[in-house]
Amino acid sequence: MAGNSNYNPTNKVEKWFDERLPLLRFSKEHLMDFPSPRNINYWWTFGAVLAIMLIVQIVTGIILAMHYTPNIAMAFDSVEHIRRDVNYGRIIQGTHAVGASMFFFAVYVHMFRGLYYGSYKAPREILWILGVVIFLLMMATAFMGYVLPWGQMSFWGATVITNLFSAIPIIGTPILEFLRGGFAVDNPTLNRFFSLHYLLPFVIAAVVALHIWALHVPGNGNPTGVEVKSSADTLPFHPYFTMKDLFVVVVFFIPFAWFVFFAPDILGHADNYIEANPFVTPAHIVPEWYLLPFYAMLRAIDFDVFFISAKLGGVIIMFGSIIILMVLPWLDGSKVRSGSFRPMFKPFYWLFVLNFLLLMYLGGQGAEGIYVILSKVATAYYFGYFLVILPILARIETPKPLPSSISQAVLDKNK
Amino acid sequence: MNIKKNIFAVFAVITMAISAAPALSAGGGGKHAELQKWSFGGVFGTYDTNQLQRGFQVFYEVCSSCHGAKLISFRNFAEAGGPEFSKDQVKALAAEYTILDAELEEGERTATPADRWPSPFETELEAREANNGAFPPDFSVLAKARNLPKKFPMNFYDMATAYQEGGADYIYNLLVSYEDEPPHGVEIGDGQSYNAFFGGGLSMMSPLMEELVEYEDTTIPLTVEQYAKDVSAFMYWMADPHLVQRKTIGLKVLIFLSILALLMYLVKRKIWAGVKH
Repeated sequence: MAGNSNYNPTNKVEKWFDERLPLLRFSKEHLMDFPSPRNINYWWTFGAVLAIMLIVQIVTGIILAMHYTPNIAMAFDSVEHIRRDVNYGRIIQGTHAVGASMFFFAVYVHMFRGLYYGSYKAPREILWILGVVIFLLMMATAFMGYVLPWGQMSFWGATVITNLFSAIPIIGTPILEFLRGGFAVDNPTLNRFFSLHYLLPFVIAAVVALHIWALHVPGNGNPTGVEVKSSADTLPFHPYFTMKDLFVVVVFFIPFAWFVFFAPDILGHADNYIEANPFVTPAHIVPEWYLLPFYAMLRAIDFDVFFISAKLGGVIIMFGSIIILMVLPWLDGSKVRSGSFRPMFKPFYWLFVLNFLLLMYLGGQGAEGIYVILSKVATAYYFGYFLVILPILARIETPKPLPSSISQAVLDKNK
Repeated sequence: MNIKKNIFAVFAVITMAISAAPALSAGGGGKHAELQKWSFGGVFGTYDTNQLQRGFQVFYEVCSSCHGAKLISFRNFAEAGGPEFSKDQVKALAAEYTILDAELEEGERTATPADRWPSPFETELEAREANNGAFPPDFSVLAKARNLPKKFPMNFYDMATAYQEGGADYIYNLLVSYEDEPPHGVEIGDGQSYNAFFGGGLSMMSPLMEELVEYEDTTIPLTVEQYAKDVSAFMYWMADPHLVQRKTIGLKVLIFLSILALLMYLVKRKIWAGVKH
């Protein structure tokens, strides 16, 4: 936030430096003084968790890249080489693989917090859209990273997902061949995925910088959804929120360490311990758990609509399910941000959460029988929530009275 | 708070899911697997050195004539947390094998502890010709490539208990579930053997039989079950050779993080003590 600088250079060197590059001033403003609503709860700590997770992934990833060989004849064995022969390699590789899951867990908590408290509403639309961009980049990065060990799921996952692009009329097949670097998933595919998997995290880091910039213009939202009105509503970021965030990060590391040290393979699939074989298709090709809801929506469309084939329809629905988040600020017209003051919104919101978990479950099941029907219903609710329920609620709902200010809400709570 | 209530509900569901322990789990399409108690299971699990040495003996005398272990170096057998053979034993073992090396004048040399375990067949084609068209899989990571995954919500129970031994259980159950005749109405291929756990015919006939391998320790029964258990444990070690090191560090990490989390919480509470929020 502009205009809240309390930075006073204490000596001549600092002053000299400040006049030329106000780095310390910037840090003091944004990392220490940044005023944050005093009532934000623990759901607001996941931004810090995510920042730490990005660093964990980049650091472990750079170490792994020093020992990994992106060649189809050697990739599988080079990952085993890391696990067996590199000092603490099993732990570094496990941290990176489990880290992807923890990263997505945190991002889902972060996004669902935003959906409940209306974090996407004015004046935070750009902040929200940048978040969706980060989410998309994360999915692409995770998908390409999963291909690198060159196991059976790597290979067949890459085959299935790249094949989606062939659904696009006319230019689909050229795009498919461009992505794969040939007619099938092969060495060129592995090479480019490795290159992009190394590149994208730094693109994510850049968009995260924009995301935080966009956060620091209007400042944090808060559980009441009432904007900050005076300095009585806020506390400086440091030490109050740095300490709260650090505490949560350490707690978050406990289940993270549990998986890394005691069950590093439990979130993955055993088939990825079989080297990629283009002649043997696994019985079930399933993506990692964090992509399952979108996989379920992709498969839910098994019927043609006019000139749109089932395959293209599925692809449109899958990408649409994320693109729709970008226009969410204009779909939900309710002026009240926080779900806590919206009695009609609440049940639909929690049903949406359950529906998302149901989609996650369905994505892991075979595309048959009751699962197909349930997938269709759940996909319909996913889109219905954004396209029908939220716009209608904005018109018919009578929200509860809002507190006059954040400090008033805090006082009422502490009575 | 409504959110809090909902979180408690989620936790309640998870707790319920993890408090009902499964005794059995679905196998490879056939009969249910009987889950074994493994010394390397759980947070404090370590490999039983004697069991790994016995398992190696089964692998060496029985399995290794058809199955390779290309990611295993002879030196691994002497490493801490594994079968822990002595360095001299490993040297002697390596010396039994010949490494083909076209760069040498003789075209071959005696293996050293630094060499990988030589595969029994030069090529897949050769392996198939010797095995009725079937390709005996390499053992290096096979215990990780097989699993007994559970359905929701029991998969959460496995996560909470860090059950990672599905591969060892799979292999054990496969090895003890051969039957002389397939049940009525089940067709198996030419030269195949019926396996009840697999639920069909396997190209590998039952590799184990009573008193097939002579153990040094005479108190260990020479049964198919015992052999199967020992070789499954050995195969699990091959697939996850640093398990003991990992779990030992993990325990320290968890204790450290728990204490640090408590301290962080106390600092946080102290800092926030004076402000209403």
